[in-house]
Order: sequence, then structure tokens, then C-alpha cells
Amino acid sequence: MENTAKKTILFEEHLKHGGKIVEFGGFLMPIEYIGITEEHLVVREKCGLFDVSHMGEILITGLDTLPFIHYLITNDIINAPQMKMTYGLMLYPDGGVVDDLMVYKYNDQHCLLVVNAANTEKDYSWITANQGEYDVEILNQSNVYSQIALQGPQAVEILQSLTMYPLDELKLFDFAEFLINNKQFIVSRSGYTGEDGFEIYGNHQDVLELFKILVEEKNVQLCGLGCRDTLRFEAAMPLYGHEISQEIDPVSAGLNYAIKLDKEDFIGKDRLVQIKTEGPQRRLVGIELLDRGIARSGYEIVMNEQKIGEVTTGYMIPNTNHSYALAYVASEYSKIGTEVCIRIRKNLVKAQIRNKKFLNKKYIK
Amino acid sequence: MSKILENLKYAKSHEWIKVEGNVAYVGITDFAQHSLGSIVYVEAGNEGDQVEQFVAFGAVESVKAASDILSPISGTILEVNQEVIDSPELLNENPYDHYLIKVEITNEEELMNLLDAVGYAEVAK
Repeated sequence: MENTAKKTILFEEHLKHGGKIVEFGGFLMPIEYIGITEEHLVVREKCGLFDVSHMGEILITGLDTLPFIHYLITNDIINAPQMKMTYGLMLYPDGGVVDDLMVYKYNDQHCLLVVNAANTEKDYSWITANQGEYDVEILNQSNVYSQIALQGPQAVEILQSLTMYPLDELKLFDFAEFLINNKQFIVSRSGYTGEDGFEIYGNHQDVLELFKILVEEKNVQLCGLGCRDTLRFEAAMPLYGHEISQEIDPVSAGLNYAIKLDKEDFIGKDRLVQIKTEGPQRRLVGIELLDRGIARSGYEIVMNEQKIGEVTTGYMIPNTNHSYALAYVASEYSKIGTEVCIRIRKNLVKAQIRNKKFLNKKYIK
Repeated sequence: MSKILENLKYAKSHEWIKVEGNVAYVGITDFAQHSLGSIVYVEAGNEGDQVEQFVAFGAVESVKAASDILSPISGTILEVNQEVIDSPELLNENPYDHYLIKVEITNEEELMNLLDAVGYAEVAK
């Protein structure tokens, strides 16, 4: 069978450095190089480098750029500062999530949306279908950019050694365009790991060249999507398809900081107002396992032999014996400290509802 | 190339079995540990549990995924190897040195359903 999955410009580099390749979001991507545990720790303690070129980029320009995005997403983009990223969710009218995304707001007539790889085509169609009378141009530029993420406490020092741009002026969620190794990149102080770090966009050849310098000259450890997931999980960041989806609204997911119900109309607002007023029927919670076991996505949460919820993501945190999960439970059982069980194969394993703060984030603000 | 020992029998699902009289030691193969990557968790039932040939009695888990372990033979668990429960990484280091369970065999004829080293080499590639 012919594999139709796409390759990023860095594919050959992944093979060269021993990356174990899997298909993710329609791309052939490295899941790990030296091991998920080792890579996870490198990012927490030093610095790791990720290929995230599979992410989608959709450019919106024109007079109505801000009102249009304002109408598409849950967050307030009109009052958001320029040259800052804003996290938001695009919803269906019933409150289900089309995708979660980052808006890079350049100015009133120019924004770049960064979306999930597997959702890029769907998002582009959704955005185009909702254009109506808005005076905007919508371009899917996912094939124009490659993207890498440099993550970890040493990221700033490593990147600074390759650029004149004063990185201490680039605060959390700021972005700018500047030269690294004499090539132009879009750089944001952001990531999906809970660590300080940068996401870097550029044309394919420039990214390939920078990637090689970071690996070969700066000796940065390559990291795969395996540890990207354990890292984002430990930082309790949602992943589309797990904590949010077409079936799960963002109020139940606890993403209230990215939902502005007092702003003008946006798609899905009426339904969210209703959910908020009535209170969500289920809530996303953190869970700590009290007995041995690892809770995997889809495992049942049980109380008094009744199913009260389901795990969305769960891991034993690398190099620890802390076994945590994110899960949806019926709201009446979502109180911190509630004792529940998780069905793991034939066994019911004791667990307890806790907050989602598995990790103390150390962002540079 | 994964390591396969001559003196053991194998299940297609990548478990090995070493028979001594009516007692069998059960573990996972080198191929299995290699496909899983770093093993961080092992579950292997309890002493006294009945196990059935080719039915799951436990699981080995990497950071990313859980994989069932099937018993190559029916019987009663005489002992769970606490050493691998406490230090799952031993299975990555040498999977043939560390059994998961010791089983009292109820039906020796079931051994006929297992593969020898040559047969297993065909499966483990």
C-alpha cells in the first residue's frame, strides 16, 4: 500500500539521527530518538529541539481581519496587543471544538493562525465557509513554512548565540521577525512543553540549515512527538482529539481564560453561555493514581461500580513513580479529593481527583 | 536482529516459556522488549491466579503504550517475580534472565501449540 503521509523538510535528518518514525496528523514524524523518558528530562533540565513543521499556518489579511477572527474564535483578538500570540478556540454552533489555535497578531490587517496538523484542511474550509461579507483574504500557507521548537531552560542561551536580537525583550507569547544565522525567521517565545522556549518559523531551506546548526554545532538533543505529549500532559495543556474535540466544549475543558463571553457575537457563543449558566455536566480534572498502574486514554473512571467518566490522557511521569491522568468526570464527582477507581484491564485501581497542576511552570514573563 | 534462545519455547505473541517438570517460567522475548522500548511498568497477576493458554494475564507498558502479555500455557501462578515488578527496566536489559511468573502446568499437551526457536525466528522479524 502506498503511504500518502507527507514528509517535512527535516525527514532525512530524523532518519540520520535515529528517529523512530510514525504517522501523525498526516505526516511521517519522529516519535522518539533516544527514548521518551530521556528526551522528556532533557527538555525539563536543559534544552531539546522538535520538528513541528506538521503544524498548519493560515494567513488572514485585509480590512476586516480582526472582526473576522473575533467572530471565529472564543478569545478577544480585537483588544489583544500587536506582536503577541493569543490562544483561542474555533467552535461549531453547538459548542464543539473545530480546533484550538494560536493567533499571531501582526496588526489590524494581518494575522497568522497556527493550527493542528490533522485539522489544517478542515480549519481552512471552516474559515472560508464562514467568511460571508468580511473583507479578508484567507490563505493556507502550511506548505510555505517549516517550524521547529527549541524548548527548555537553556533554549534562550543557545538561541541568543545565533542572533543579535535581544531575546530578553521577547517575553512570554511575544513574537518578532529577526535574523538568526543571517536568515529571516518568525520567532515566538512559546511552546507546548511547559518550559521556556521558542517556536521558530521560516522557509524550508532556512529551517533545515538552522536545524543542522542546532544539532551539529550546538549539540541540542533532538526530541520526538512522544515526549512532546508527556511534556504537554505534565503541563496540563489540552490536545485536540483528547481533552477537546468536536464532542467536547471548552467550558467543560476548563479553558475559561480563553473564552470571552462578554465580547461581541462569535460562533458557538450562545451554546457556551447556556453551558456556563447551567453548569457543565462533566468537567476535566486531574487524577492521581493511589495504587500501581498507568491510566490510558479511554479507560473508565468508576465509582460504586458505575462509570462516571473517562481518561483523556494518562502517563507515569518520566523518571518518577507519579502516575497521573487527565479525565472527564460527571461534575458532581469533580471535587478535589474525591476518591474514584480507574478500570485498568481486569482491575479497579484506586485514584483521587486532584488539581491539574502536575508541573510548576517556569516561564520567563 | 533480536536474540532468541535455543532451549526455550515461544508464543507468537512474543512470550517465552521454560519448562522444568510440571513448572514453567514465563517471560517476554527480546523482540518484545525491543518493540516496546523502555519498559516503565509491569503487571503480572497474583500468586494463585489461574492463567489460560494464549489469554492475557498481565501487561508490560512503555511510557507511551500498554501491551498485554499472554500466558503460553494454562495453569496456576505459583509466584510473581517481584524483581521485575519493582524494576521493569530489567526486561530491557536482559529479557531472558527475568521471568514474570512461575506457573504450575495443568495440561502438558498445550506445549505442542508453542513454537521452537526456529519457528519463532520466523515470527520475530
